[in-house]
Amino acid sequence: MLDALPLVFILAGVVLYVVLGGADFGAGIWQMLSGPGRQGERIREHAHHSMGPVWEANHVWLIFVITVSWTAYPTFLGSLASTLAAAFFIAGLGIILRGATYAMRPGLSGGRRLILLEGAFALASLVTPFALGAAAGAIAAERVPVGNAAGNLFSSWLNPTSIVIGLLAVGFSVYLAAVYLAGDAARRGEADLEEAFRRRALVAGVVAGGLSLAGLIVVHADVPSLYTGLVHGSALAVMIVSALAGVATLALVYGRRFEIARGSAALAVAAVISGWALARYPMLLPGLTVQQAAAPHDALVALVVAVIAGGILLFPALGLLFSLTLRGHLGGPEPTPPPEPATGADRPPLRDLLAPALGARLAVALLVVGVGMLNAANAPWAHAIGVVSLFGFVIVGFAAILPRALAADG
Amino acid sequence: MNVLAAALAPVHQQYLLEARQMQALSFAVHIPLVCFGIAFPAMVLFAEWLGLRTGDPLYTTLARRWSRIVLTLFAVGVITGTILSFEMGLLWPNFTATFGSVFGLGFAIEGFSFFMEAIFIGIYAYGWNRLPPRWHLISGIPIVITGFTGSLTVISVNAWMNHPTGFRLVAGRVVDVNPLGALFGDSLLWSELIHMYIAGYMVTGFLVAGAYAVARLRGRWRRYERTALAIPLTIACLAAPVQVLVGDWIARDIAVDQPVKLAAIEGLYKTTRGAPEHLLGWYTDTQVKYGIAIPHLLSLLAFHSWNARIQGLETVPPAQRPPINITRLSFQTMVGIGTLLALLGLVYLVVRIRRQRLPLTPWFYRAVVVAGPAATVALIAGWVTTEVGRQPWVVYQVMTTRQAVTGAGGIPVGYGALVVTYVAVACGVAWILRRLAKMPLDIPGADAPPTSSASQPA
Ligand code: HDD
Ligand code: HEM
Ligand code: HEM
Repeated sequence: MLDALPLVFILAGVVLYVVLGGADFGAGIWQMLSGPGRQGERIREHAHHSMGPVWEANHVWLIFVITVSWTAYPTFLGSLASTLAAAFFIAGLGIILRGATYAMRPGLSGGRRLILLEGAFALASLVTPFALGAAAGAIAAERVPVGNAAGNLFSSWLNPTSIVIGLLAVGFSVYLAAVYLAGDAARRGEADLEEAFRRRALVAGVVAGGLSLAGLIVVHADVPSLYTGLVHGSALAVMIVSALAGVATLALVYGRRFEIARGSAALAVAAVISGWALARYPMLLPGLTVQQAAAPHDALVALVVAVIAGGILLFPALGLLFSLTLRGHLGGPEPTPPPEPATGADRPPLRDLLAPALGARLAVALLVVGVGMLNAANAPWAHAIGVVSLFGFVIVGFAAILPRALAADG
Repeated sequence: MNVLAAALAPVHQQYLLEARQMQALSFAVHIPLVCFGIAFPAMVLFAEWLGLRTGDPLYTTLARRWSRIVLTLFAVGVITGTILSFEMGLLWPNFTATFGSVFGLGFAIEGFSFFMEAIFIGIYAYGWNRLPPRWHLISGIPIVITGFTGSLTVISVNAWMNHPTGFRLVAGRVVDVNPLGALFGDSLLWSELIHMYIAGYMVTGFLVAGAYAVARLRGRWRRYERTALAIPLTIACLAAPVQVLVGDWIARDIAVDQPVKLAAIEGLYKTTRGAPEHLLGWYTDTQVKYGIAIPHLLSLLAFHSWNARIQGLETVPPAQRPPINITRLSFQTMVGIGTLLALLGLVYLVVRIRRQRLPLTPWFYRAVVVAGPAATVALIAGWVTTEVGRQPWVVYQVMTTRQAVTGAGGIPVGYGALVVTYVAVACGVAWILRRLAKMPLDIPGADAPPTSSASQPA
């Protein structure tokens, strides 16, 4: 039981990454497909601004998945990363390119450079989910043996099943992004953008659905054992839920119920991923079960406690971020600040934070104590006092010196 | 079955050196960015708080402009960090597969810490003028805290690699794992962490101040520049002398926990009582040539005793010695720069306290311009000392780097691609920072003329 709990965390992280991070990738791809002219520009702007505040947070899910994997199932992660080195490396380059172009975006307001930059961003948005999806496909297709780079560097993730799953990852991303962007435009009352993305969402949804069916056919031919697992028992039930949720999502988008549509799309993704896990359980890799791969008991306990405690902090904060974003308190073009009345003359003076003479003496005293405790003494408790005193020296010194450095013209 | 579940078997890797260099490159890019994640948010918040307290828009503008830099550098910090997490598996699968259960917890907690950081950076950077001012300020506080906890957990892993505890190795598998004890019960953790944390403030402080020192040297010296220089410079100048003291503490820890590393740092071949310390020089043939020897100093520094016995390199077989000159040179670079920066800090503090003003001479501002890059060099040199000085071990005296490395092909290709990518990213970041710096300032009062106390640009 304890052995499998981290797997649940990992799968949940994957689902969240696909739904949230995937929508970010998809938005990047829509920037590429935005078309020319004024309308194309508005689509690109909209895609960029909607992502802004949540961009960084959505991508930490990947890091969560990686770190939990190597703590809970070290052998699994070692085998995976070494065999799939090429796929992961390409995904890594995509992540660098995406992040760097994203960071540079605010410096540009138009022109050829912007087009280049957006092109690079879109390319990276396409390559990264494909490579990550294909890597997941390699696990599904049993192409990753246990061992240090024991599988083939390329054919492990460039085979029919992997490629289809890679494409599926791209398709899902594009679809989820369109649903999200349509909803965001609706909230801002931009009817034309809403309509543009609603149409895109419907097309992308049909394509993603078609890809899923094609995927099943490919898996049937390429990895019959996985196919059999998928169409029997609990895995089958879950796959049916996924199909229903997929159809429901399309209907909801059609009816402009975008927020609920995001939820049902997430459900469809979650169901596919857990269906796959159920079909395979308890095998992680060929010849490696969850129980064999699991870390020693105490390490698992520590991990589970850490994840739960982290979750208790994390989810309220995430909730805050998303609710602020959804209510329009973040992002979008910046409002201009209210006019400031102050001129040099009626600017209020900066008072001392600490009487300067007292501050300087106190700082020197703390420094002397710090040196004595940290550098002359040897006991750990003395070092602790020394460090605290030295930090005190910096803080008190800062408070004593700074205000007059700032008020040098006053 | 047990064989399968055991760690991966070591393989031959022709390109071990390239793999190591790839790791080193990725760190050298990540760590300076991280300094801004550690230290800059606190400075931004301080400026914003001054703005709230005084109602002076200059501080608010400063905080707001700085927060754009935080956001940009954070985005690049995230991607370079993501690459590092990939590399743990891509380059060192055997290390991860064997010890993931011992050290992984550190990175898992780190993951949550980064999550919180990313969330609140989003709220803070996009919430200007949209959230009530006080709440906006408060939303920045978690960023300062997570900058600390993020470094805490990463460094706990590094300290564990340098001084591994909290597990037993049986037939290539770890048993009796005590992850909390391994990560947070380690004496090295605290000295390394505090040294790194202070380094973050020095690097950020001197680099930011350096940008405004350039402005002063070019004759731009309005109230805005003076303020923007004074805040980071004051912090960095206070931190610099403290860093020397903390460095002494770390060195004494190394003397106990990693005597071979200390011997490599000093180029000490023979185990010696009352060992001398050599400044500069070059290690060949079991001794340091062309160096300046200071008798007994090493024993005095490492153990506070005139005649303490210092273990030499001869105590381990040649294959277990790190590359001596790289380790020595980088250590001396760090200490040399650290000493000079501490002196610069003292000059500033004395002028501020005695004369009640900023220093006047352009030489001071030229030194501040150089101080930022120098602090960055010291930072990297310090990490080279730590990491190269631990070689050939990845986990000290437990697993060698050669045993840890991947068997996958194509490392030189990956290395080349990474170099090209990082060069491009560096150009991009330099360009966007210039763009941000050139955005027009529009605050009343920023143009107040220089006063007598801070007069005459060079
Ligand atoms: C601004 C940067 C900076 C400056 C000025 C100094 N250091 Fe440092 N040093 C670092 C930045 C750094 C670091 C952050 O790069 C390292 C790498 C590992 C660590 O914990 O801190 C480091 C490591 C490091 C180590 C090796 C630790 C190990 O192997 O685990 C020693 C012995 C010292 N330092 C000693 C000093 C001394 C005596 C200094 C003073 C003159 C000094 N450092 C200045
Ligand atoms: C918190 C953790 C770590 C930090 C902060 C850290 C830091 C660094 C730095 C700054 C370098 C550059 C040294 C150089 O320029 O040669 C380096 C090199 C290296 N690191 Fe680490 N490291 C950490 C963890 C790891 C891990 C997990 C591994 C994996 C096994 C590792 C293996 C190496 C290797 C092999 C090198 C190259 C050493 C050489 O060139 O001789 N380090 N590390
Ligand atoms: C000297 C050692 C290190 C320190 C002090 C450090 C600290 C930090 C900090 C403060 C951040 C926040 C982002 C920023 O401010 O730019 C960060 C980002 C990151 N670091 Fe490092 N780090 C170190 C080494 C490593 C290593 C060894 C890894 C992985 C193996 C790593 C992985 C990451 C990741 C994944 C991120 C992105 C977090 C996010 O998405 O928000 N770092 N690091």
